Formats: sequence, C-alpha cells, structure tokens
Amino acid sequence: MFGLKDDWELEIPERYFTLEDYEGGTARWCPGCGDLAVLTAVQRICRDEQLPPEKTVCVSGIGCSSRFPHYMKTYGFHGLHGRAFPVACGVKSRRPDLKVFVATGDGDCCSIGAGHWVHGIRYNMDMVVMLFDNAIYGLTKNQTSPTSPQGLSTNTHPRGAWLPPLNPTSATLGFANVSFVAQTVDWNPLHLYHTLKAAYHHKGTSFVRIMQRCPTYTEKVFAELQKDPSHLLLLTGGDNPELDAASLRMFPNQQAHDSRDLHAARRIAEQQDPLPIGVLFRDPSRPCYEDFTTVGLGMSAADKLRGLEREFDKFSV
Amino acid sequence: MTTTTKGPAPTQPTSSVKRVHEHIVEIVSDSGEGAQKAGQTYGAVSAKMGNGVWTVEIIPAEIKPPARSRAGASGIRVRVGSEAVTNTGDEADLVVALNEQVLFGRIEQKAYKKGTIVLLENKWANDPREEVRRDYAAALAEFERIGLDVRQVPLEEACQKVAQDVRVGKNMFVLGLLCYITCREMERAMEEVAFVFAKKGDKVIQKNQDLIRAGYDFGAQVLSTRYEIPPRKTEQRLMVLNGNQAIALGVMAAGIEMVAMYPITPATSVSHHLAGAFKNVGGVVHQAEDEIAAMGFAIAASYAGKTACTVTSGPGLALKTEFLGLAVMAEVPLVIVLVQRGGPSTGLPTKVEQGDLLAALYGQPGDTPKIILAPATIEECFHFVITARKLAEAFRTPVMILTDANLATGVQPIPRPVPQAEWLAPPLDQSPWQKGVTAYDWDADTGLSPRPIPGQRGGEYVLTGLAHTKKAKVAYDPDSNQTGCAMRSRKLAVFGESLKPPQVHGADHGELLVVGWGSTLGSIEEAVDRARKQGLSVSSLHLRFLSPLEPGLKEIFARFRKVLTVEINYSDAPDAPHTTKDNRRIAQLAQVLRTHTLMDIDCWSNVAGQPIQPGAIHAELVRRLGKSKGEQ
Repeated sequence: MFGLKDDWELEIPERYFTLEDYEGGTARWCPGCGDLAVLTAVQRICRDEQLPPEKTVCVSGIGCSSRFPHYMKTYGFHGLHGRAFPVACGVKSRRPDLKVFVATGDGDCCSIGAGHWVHGIRYNMDMVVMLFDNAIYGLTKNQTSPTSPQGLSTNTHPRGAWLPPLNPTSATLGFANVSFVAQTVDWNPLHLYHTLKAAYHHKGTSFVRIMQRCPTYTEKVFAELQKDPSHLLLLTGGDNPELDAASLRMFPNQQAHDSRDLHAARRIAEQQDPLPIGVLFRDPSRPCYEDFTTVGLGMSAADKLRGLEREFDKFSV
Repeated sequence: MTTTTKGPAPTQPTSSVKRVHEHIVEIVSDSGEGAQKAGQTYGAVSAKMGNGVWTVEIIPAEIKPPARSRAGASGIRVRVGSEAVTNTGDEADLVVALNEQVLFGRIEQKAYKKGTIVLLENKWANDPREEVRRDYAAALAEFERIGLDVRQVPLEEACQKVAQDVRVGKNMFVLGLLCYITCREMERAMEEVAFVFAKKGDKVIQKNQDLIRAGYDFGAQVLSTRYEIPPRKTEQRLMVLNGNQAIALGVMAAGIEMVAMYPITPATSVSHHLAGAFKNVGGVVHQAEDEIAAMGFAIAASYAGKTACTVTSGPGLALKTEFLGLAVMAEVPLVIVLVQRGGPSTGLPTKVEQGDLLAALYGQPGDTPKIILAPATIEECFHFVITARKLAEAFRTPVMILTDANLATGVQPIPRPVPQAEWLAPPLDQSPWQKGVTAYDWDADTGLSPRPIPGQRGGEYVLTGLAHTKKAKVAYDPDSNQTGCAMRSRKLAVFGESLKPPQVHGADHGELLVVGWGSTLGSIEEAVDRARKQGLSVSSLHLRFLSPLEPGLKEIFARFRKVLTVEINYSDAPDAPHTTKDNRRIAQLAQVLRTHTLMDIDCWSNVAGQPIQPGAIHAELVRRLGKSKGEQ
C-alpha cells in the first residue's frame, strides 16, 4: 500500500553493544595499575554511546599505557614511541566517520613525542587524547620521565630527579588552537568516566591528563592525593559534568570555574596542591584540521578524470 | 661581434644559417634575474616545434647568493635536438652570461669547451667600481686562455630601449635573442609568454612580448651565424614537464588522495604542484610538523583505507626510518617517493646523487623487505607512481620510488598519458569482512593476505610493530617472528617472479656491459651508442626494479667479459692510497649486484653533484676497452 515496496521494513537498531563487545582479552598490566581503571571507563563510554567497534579506533604510542588498544575489541594502531598524535591525525584525516581514542604516556607524549603534542593540539582533530601520567617510564623499568617529581629516585637518577617536572596541563593550555583540556585521576571512576565522556562529546582534540598510579615504581607519588581528597580541587560549573550530591560529597574542595576563560584555566592549571580536576578549558569554536583535509572526499571518478585532463592540459604543448 | 657600448649599429639581419643535429644553450646569471623562466620558455617553444629537449636548472644552494659570485651561478641549460634528447649532454655550444663571475662557476663544472660561444654582458667593463672593471678584464683574459669564444654584448643597453626596469626584463630579451640565433619561432615564444603571464594581465604580457621582439631583432647584430635544429615530426600529443611535476601528476593519476610531506630540497616541488592542483582531483597535501609525522600521517591514512604517499629526500628518509620499518612490519601499503640529493648528512641539497639506494634497501633495523622502483626518465616518473600504488596494495607493502635531483629538475617533452578510470579506483570497499579471516591471514605459499580496514565489521585488529601472529596478536615465541619475517620476504619473491629480464641496449654479449639505474639512462646509452659506432664492444642495461631485482641478471652478465656499474654515488678510486682490491669501497648498485650474482662487478662513480655527462662516460669506456684489449 501507498506504493511501498514489499520488502520494505522499518529500520530498527539491529545491534546493541555490551561491555563485552569492547573487551579485547585480559589486560596484562600490573595488578593495581591505574591503566585498568581508564580501560574500563573507555569501554563504558563506548557502550553508553553505542559506538560500533568497527568504527572505533584506539591509537597509541609505546609504553605501558600504549598497550591500551590491545585490550579493546575495536580497531587499533599500536604505533611507535611518541608518534601516537600523527598516527591518530592521519587516521582521522580522510575518515571523519571514525571515532578515535588516543592512549599516550608521559614519556610518549611529553618527551619523545613532544613535537607532535604541540602540533597535534594545534590540528585540533576530533579525538580524545588520554595522557596516562604516572610520572615514570614503567615499561623500560623505572627511568625519570618529564613529569617525575624533582628528587624522585629512579634508575637514571638514583640520587633524585634533577629538574622540576613539566606540567602537561599548563603546557597544553599554552599551545595554539587548544580547544579542550581536562585533568582527572584514575582512582575516582566516577570523575574519570564523566571527564572522559565530556571529552568524547567535544568536537576537536580533547586532551585529558589522567593522574595514573604505577603500583610498581611510583606508588608514593600519588599516595597522598589518593588517601586525602582534600589535596584535590574539584572544578564545577562551566563545561564540567554535573555530579550528583553523593558524588560531590567526596570532594571537600570545590571551585566554580569558567572553562571558557583561558587565562583562568592557565592560572588553575599551575596549581599543584590542591590539584584541580575537571574541565579546565573548552572552546568549541576552534577550527578543526579535518575541515581542510576532508575536502574532495567522495569526488566521483568522472570528476576526477575531468580534473586530471585539465591538469594535463596545463603541461601540454 | 659587437663590442660597442654606444648601442647596436643599425645593421640589418644578414646572418647565415647553419644546420645542426643538436645544440646546447645556457643562460647564466645572478639569482633572481629570471634566467630559468627564459630557459623554460625556450625549452617549451622548442618542444612545441617538435624538437627533442632536455632542460636543467642551474640552482645555487642559497636563495639570494651575493651578486657576481662564482658559487652564485643561477641559470638554466637547454639541450635541443632533432631527435629525442634524454640527458643534459656534454659541453654547451652557446652561453648567454649576464656577468662574467658566474661563468667561472660553470667552468669549474666543466660545462664549456674550447669554442663555446659566450655572449657576455659588457656593461661591467664600464662599471663605476674599479674592482669590478678589474675583475671583468681579468676574466676576459682567463676566458681567452681557456679558449672560450667570448662576444661582449651590450645586452642591458639594448634592453633599456624597450624596458624601464631592465633587472626584471632582461631575461625576456635574452629569450628573444636566443630564438633568433637558434631559429626558434618567435610567435610561439609570444604565445608561451601570454600563457605564462595570463594571470598578470595584458600589460605585463605586452611588455614581455616587446622585450622578446627587441631581443629577436637585436640577434642579427650579435652573431653572423644562426643555428637551425630541424625538428622531428610527431603527431603525438606531448606534455612538457620536469620529473617532480611528473611525480605530482602521477600521484593524482594514481588515485592517491593524501600526500603527507615536510619541506625538503629537492623533493618539495612535488608538493608545490600538488598544493595547487590536488583539490581538482579530490586530494589533499598535509604539510606535517616534521618528516616523522609526515610518514606516520601517511601510514595512518593508508591504514584507514585511503591511498597515501609521502615525498622526501635523504635526510628525511633517515628520519622516517622507524616508521618505514613499521610499515613493512605491519604490511601497510604506502608509496614513498625519495628524490635523492647529494650526501652524506645535509650534503649537497640541490645537487644530484644516487647515494640512498642502500639506505632505502637496508637502512632500517631488522629485516625490512620492500619494493623499490627507480624511474629512469621523466615519463617513467609519472607511470611508476601508478605502478607503485598498485604494487603497494597488491602486495600489502610500502613501495619506494627513487628519483634524483637530475630527474626532479630536468624538463622534457613526454607523450601525454591518457588517464584511466581504473587507475583511480579506491583500494577496497567497506563491505563486511569475511568471517574467520584474520588480519594477517598469510597464504603460506605466497605470504599474501587480505587487509582489513576500519569500518569493516568483523575485521577489528590492532596494528602493531611488535612481532605478531596471523591474528595480529603480539607474540614473543620463537616461531612467530620467524614466520612473520618469512611471509613478508616471500611476497618479494612472488613479485619478483612476475618480472621479466631487462633488455640489453646494444649487442647481448661482448666485452663490457654497463649497468645503471635511475637518471643516468640517457647519458649511458648515448655514451654506449657512440662507443659502439667506433666499434667498441660495449652494451648497457638499465635497472628499474631494485628490490626485488629483475630476473636473469646473472645469465646476462655472464655473456660479457666485464660488468661495470656507472652510478652517481661514492666509490674509492681503485688506485687511491691504501686502497686494495680487497678493501676498496665500491658503489652501491655494484654492491647489490655482487651480492646478488656473486660476480666480480666493477664500478665507476663519483659524487661531484653533477649529472654524469655522456662524454665523460664515453671517455671511460674508451679507456677501459682500450686497456682490456691491451691485456688480451
């Protein structure tokens, strides 16, 4: 009736994804590693957003946290040390349909890949970048990282790290075209989840620094933060997710923060104790590089052939 | 002819015309005087007339080197012939020089011979600066001593009669002058200039055309002899372009839609051309933050199912090394164009060398088999990109295309290709992945496997540079890495089986076989042809596939008493101090061929940064064959 074809049928979602659809085997991180909490949070976000696993790509560099893609049942790219950014950008360049999560560590992002970090932020391609900051090189066994606290004894600086650490959050807030910077901790699953979810929903590069425990080498670095929540400062308002009353009670220190104010964000990012957590900065109006790299996608073969002939004409005699 | 500075005498053209088979013309000047534009137009005019042409730019390393300096020589050489011209040739026949100092730079490069006619700007003789007048006089004496046929010409003065600012107009005047002397059709030069300056408006076009006409009219007062290079007749549609432009067009025609690059001489101009034109075929150039990022970006675009390419030169390849290893290990199709320049290190950025063959073959840690192609002509620069893309996808591997600064900047007419829709086909559709097929489902016989692409349901896998199994699972066990390496190596063997033995140029047996690769083809064959005409028993063979090598080489080599590679890379001179047959470090292709054939292959190579002239190769052939005859 009404001219509909016989085989017409209502399009109903034929697939529903559960957590299992994103679980790619047993993670081999150390027991008690903060990476496990991040993995769970990302799997939950994938499920809650019902992301088709085949349309999701997890990109990483090299390091403990860069094993992340292997534990997701999505597409993955476990690339080279420090090069997660260019790979993630390349994936996205002509495939805006893919959802990209980047797992990178403090050595990967802030040391060997620092150049790409600056430019990756500037490209502002739509992806979630998770900086797993455990303040140490774990996979190579206990060397000083750029975020190791001054004085931390490591295998490369047994008498203590010489220099004060680099602050990845305030550094990122200094890069051109930055559009989203947040900070969270791996041991508060609720805040971690909501922060990553806010990052996922931002169009552009969402940079999330996750204070991540390493039970093997830097257990003490985050011990105080973990034990005593008064060392944390929960940012509220602005682009921050709204937490329920019970969750809010976990944070004795709270501060309303206008996440559209870059200068305020930079000021707060400098703060170490209490450590601000939440969305420090968001500007959805910043240009995204894929707006330029996707030009010409879907051009027909006939148009391409015509274009080619015109290009040949320019050299013809 | 004329040495007056009081302006040309009002004589009428009375020149006689001499027919020649070919003619080599140079314009040399300080940087920024437009010599290259004039020469390119001259080359295009000659190509349109139906002549064979090879144009090569003379480029100083600096953008604005000091004026009137030897190292600052900037300009262009155009070799015009009745037949197809395949290389830059030997010494020039005719040179227009805008000052005398830049000529020294070219003399050092052995660009001129006794009797080369030099039309030299004479205004320096009356320069207000005493040192300039002194240098000019000294140079004239030196030129006379080495036998150049110098004609002092008041170029600027003649030019001033039609142009306000001669600094920007003299090149077109010179173009007109050369058109007259070498019997080029001036009307074609006018058309060409109208085309080139179309965007700048009629006024600019008119001004340039006036200068060409003035130069043409002036010609008769300069030389009493004109040279005619009769064109060959061809019905073929032609394009005139350099090797980098051919690569750029090849990229577009190959259906590649992403070029990720970082500026590096002499590769960058590929991206210059693409930056303007690529969007017309739906492609995009990504200028990355560094060479490493360019490579990672391209690999990732390919991983995501798009056709990608990166373009670089030696130092860039060094930086891309780790990613190249990953592309091999993870079997990512990718086209890598390597426009070689002089090395080692920063080396000679604007000069030619074929010094990166071993770096391309073996420069990565571990075993990294990959396909390597070396176009020998500008036409091949175009077609090899299309071939490379197909091979990259068929064999799931990076494919490198090695060109060099000589091909990159050499301009030649080539048959206009007919674009094929099939070249543009996307790599794979996004239909569901076949159930049960793994990400590296290696065929045990061939090592080949289908490639899953993000978006394909059921194909989910994690690409990794770690040793992995068929299922793309990280594996540290002894068997897995052995198997993976074997599978990737197997692919090359399988591809090699599909290749045909190369053609021998000349007789298929004899005293000496010259083996070359890349841009030296034209010079080698020209030298071999000359030697054969003299009765010398020499042939040549040119390799296009360097990994895997073309088959049958050992059999071909065995038919010659000696095999010699001619290359533009470093080898110890056999008679150098402390150098013995055992410790002599030999040229790169020679090393590869020795390993491949277990034959005693000799080499003749240098790293002067110049294209090897046919005359130089010919002299070496005569020297060697004379010697080997003496030994018999």
